[in-house]
Amino acid sequence: MNASEDAHAAGRLGIWLFISTEIILFGGLFLLYSMYRLKNPADFHAGSLELNRVLGTLNTVILITSSLCVALAIDSLGKGRTRKSAWFVAATIACAFGFLIVKFFEWTAKFHHGLYPNAKVLLSLPKGENLFFGLYYLMTGLHGVHVIVGIGVLSVMLVRVLRGTITPQNPTYLVNSGLYWHLVDIIWIFLFPLFYLIT
Amino acid sequence: MNADASREMPDARPHGPTTRSYVAVWGALIVLTATTVAVAGFNLQKIAIIVCLGIAAVKSTLVLFYFMHLRYEHRLIIKLLIPIAIGALAIFIGLTFSDVITR
Repeated sequence: MNASEDAHAAGRLGIWLFISTEIILFGGLFLLYSMYRLKNPADFHAGSLELNRVLGTLNTVILITSSLCVALAIDSLGKGRTRKSAWFVAATIACAFGFLIVKFFEWTAKFHHGLYPNAKVLLSLPKGENLFFGLYYLMTGLHGVHVIVGIGVLSVMLVRVLRGTITPQNPTYLVNSGLYWHLVDIIWIFLFPLFYLIT
Repeated sequence: MNADASREMPDARPHGPTTRSYVAVWGALIVLTATTVAVAGFNLQKIAIIVCLGIAAVKSTLVLFYFMHLRYEHRLIIKLLIPIAIGALAIFIGLTFSDVITR
């Protein structure tokens, strides 16, 4: 164990601690969802039928692919191929934008149908459906904020790789950003069946 | 073929998976996504909940172990963090469920 490996591990420990807190944060929301679902099974069933399963699946594939891209970016950097690494980071950012664009169309369609918190149409529906859509916007919205933050973080990493301040000998920033991005993917892996698939 | 090069740069790739295995994991994740969507289409009701969440657990384990290198992590403290977080979550969920169901 040299000093550089210790510093790298300390950074990794920090990001894993943060990931643990994120698991508890989203876990709390999952618990809330489960309890309301238990109390209002019929309304949650009706709510989940309103969601677009095709767009949900598309976004799952986009995020899984973006996760692969960031993993390959770190892999390329490790082999000293900085240019290739930068391309993979750029591809990850492109996937993140793709995810947000799909999400935009999804939410716009829901808004047109009057399915947003406090809308007249939604308020006329049973209480359980209001809970379902409240949680839908809260949880996918909070996840969306994480995607936006990820775009910011990955953009900084792209600039750093291109400028040569992230190097094969000093990849910690890119590795830790990658860990954060994989977390965003994992959260969606659970949100997708919860809202789109289980009816 | 770059084995020697990567051995000289231990910081960048500490005994991580190969490029090919990353792509293989991606393939497995796509197949599992297709499976979970197909299962949801069968209208299995209660079983679907268990199958869909089970597949989600397998998918996130793949991401954690291979994409996030948890399988290759050699620091015990980092290895323990995620089981601790999931364990704490299991306690929250277990206690809340036992309360709500028995009312």
